[in-house]
Amino acid sequence: MTRGRWFAPALVVALAGALTFLTLPVVAIFVRSSPGNLLGALDDPGVLDALWLSLRTTLVAVAIIVVVGTPAAYLLATRTFRGHAVVVTLVELPLVLPPAVAGVGLLAALGPGGIVGGAIEDAGVRLVFETAGVVVALTFVAAPFFIRGAQAAFGAVDRSWLEASRTLGAGEARTFLRVAIPAAAPGMLAGLALAWGRAVGEFGATLIFAGSFRGRTQTAPLAIYERLGTDFDAALALSAVLVAVSGALLLTAKLLGGRGIARAAR
Amino acid sequence: MLRVEARTALGAFELDAAVEVPAGSCLALAGPSGAGKSTLLRVAAGLLAPRHGRVTCGDDVWLDTAAGRQVAPELRACGYVFQDYALFGHMAVWQNVAYGLRGVARAERRRRAGELLERFGIERLADERPRTLSGGERQRVALARALAAQPRVLLLDEPLSALDARTRASASRELAGVLRDTGVPALLVTHDFTEAAVLGDRVAVIDAGRIVQEGTAGELAAAPHSAFVADFTGAVVLTGVARPQRRPGDVTIVDLDGGGAATSTDRGSGPVALSVHPWEIALEPAGARGEGSAQNHLDAEVVTVTHVGNRVRVGLAAPQPLVAEITGAAVGGLHLAPGVRVTATWKATATRLVSL
Repeated sequence: MTRGRWFAPALVVALAGALTFLTLPVVAIFVRSSPGNLLGALDDPGVLDALWLSLRTTLVAVAIIVVVGTPAAYLLATRTFRGHAVVVTLVELPLVLPPAVAGVGLLAALGPGGIVGGAIEDAGVRLVFETAGVVVALTFVAAPFFIRGAQAAFGAVDRSWLEASRTLGAGEARTFLRVAIPAAAPGMLAGLALAWGRAVGEFGATLIFAGSFRGRTQTAPLAIYERLGTDFDAALALSAVLVAVSGALLLTAKLLGGRGIARAAR
Repeated sequence: MLRVEARTALGAFELDAAVEVPAGSCLALAGPSGAGKSTLLRVAAGLLAPRHGRVTCGDDVWLDTAAGRQVAPELRACGYVFQDYALFGHMAVWQNVAYGLRGVARAERRRRAGELLERFGIERLADERPRTLSGGERQRVALARALAAQPRVLLLDEPLSALDARTRASASRELAGVLRDTGVPALLVTHDFTEAAVLGDRVAVIDAGRIVQEGTAGELAAAPHSAFVADFTGAVVLTGVARPQRRPGDVTIVDLDGGGAATSTDRGSGPVALSVHPWEIALEPAGARGEGSAQNHLDAEVVTVTHVGNRVRVGLAAPQPLVAEITGAAVGGLHLAPGVRVTATWKATATRLVSL
């Protein structure tokens, strides 16, 4: 037998195995939930409440992430300063933090006995076991996805565009709004889609920090977990909706990311 | 009048240079890449803060490190043309041109951008995106954008280097016209001496962060202070009008501006720039029409004799400035000194033509 003949087939077998394993659960969700009981389960007010809460909380979290994360990412992309690498690493830390640890950390920081919990309580804001707490948990876990994407997108904007804007009479703020953001928009939107996807799927940090109360803190993933033992059809239906949402967000990220790279390469 | 003075670290060496550009004239900063010419331009625009420096435009002080004064780039009113033109890819051409027009209604901005585009003959491109434009079109848009806000100085970083050879001649002619018309000081950076000679009223040669010589292109070529300047100046440029060729395959005869004629094996018609390297030019006693193969004979008067290493540069008035580079022994044989009349000869095959 000629040497090396086995290698290419081995690669194909590995990919086939990975593909089967990674798509089988998704396929199973749609196989097990017929369109009939999918629609039936969506009639359940508890399921609708969970989806509606997920939509509201993820939208608010993503809005906060964009408003604060965009200028932060611009600073990281356009300036160098002492400790730049440390700051980038700290901002990215939630990416690798186990969600349960994130939840415990949020409790220790913002909870009733937390290090800034008292100040938050004095300000009349309640987070733990409240919808606002869900938003906090989602923001914490999802923000790094957007900041990383936006930083890369700003970093890919031609420096001379920013300089040209300045010589044409635009200050730093106007240059940021009129040139940097529009030029970085595809990459920023790709990062936003990834952050949103992460927020939609968030489970552990939310459960620990905000609990799982129907209509108040029970987002779609938490509702799936609660129905697992009692109403598997509802759990399947919710899962199917989340698969569709996540898939759409991933596709958006891919398309926009590809466009961003194509634009940067020109 | 624009004055720029800067002292700052520049890679392995230090930039230490000062230039002065009167209103309505163009100073070409010429030198090899990495010499610090773009750095000086960036200091003028405020895009880079030097360790020590002073930039003034008329009576306005834009930078004075000694006094701790630094005016932001957006308040300096510099028209800056970037090397790669830096057109905003997410805006239409007219929006690029109108970008610098502030506090004006949209319709008025559009109208004024349209006027400028018309002046550059590209109003039909107003709604295009920059990426669909050719190099020459981008260069015009960049110029129109830089001029839109009526800048007080014009700064140009290698404005022709992104163009192919064919486009460069017409772009160069057009740019020369713009520089004549604006009436503001213009500082232009280039690594090409011919470009500097065509576009700059004066040329400052910069090497390793220092301005090694400044003068008109003719002065630099005729009397270089150093071997570096002598080598850098390269070919001498004469201008003239090419006679129409009678038959294909004939040499081109160019009637030189100011008198005399020269021939070239290159093809050309109408106004042309004719270039020849100083080391291709030989000198003979006045009136000589040697039996050699050289086709070009121009009567000229010696203006300068400059020793550069083991070579001698002889600046001539023919009557356009012309430079011959010969050996020291030849100087003695011809008794070369200012005022002496000689004949400059060179081959038609060593003569390049560029349409103007």
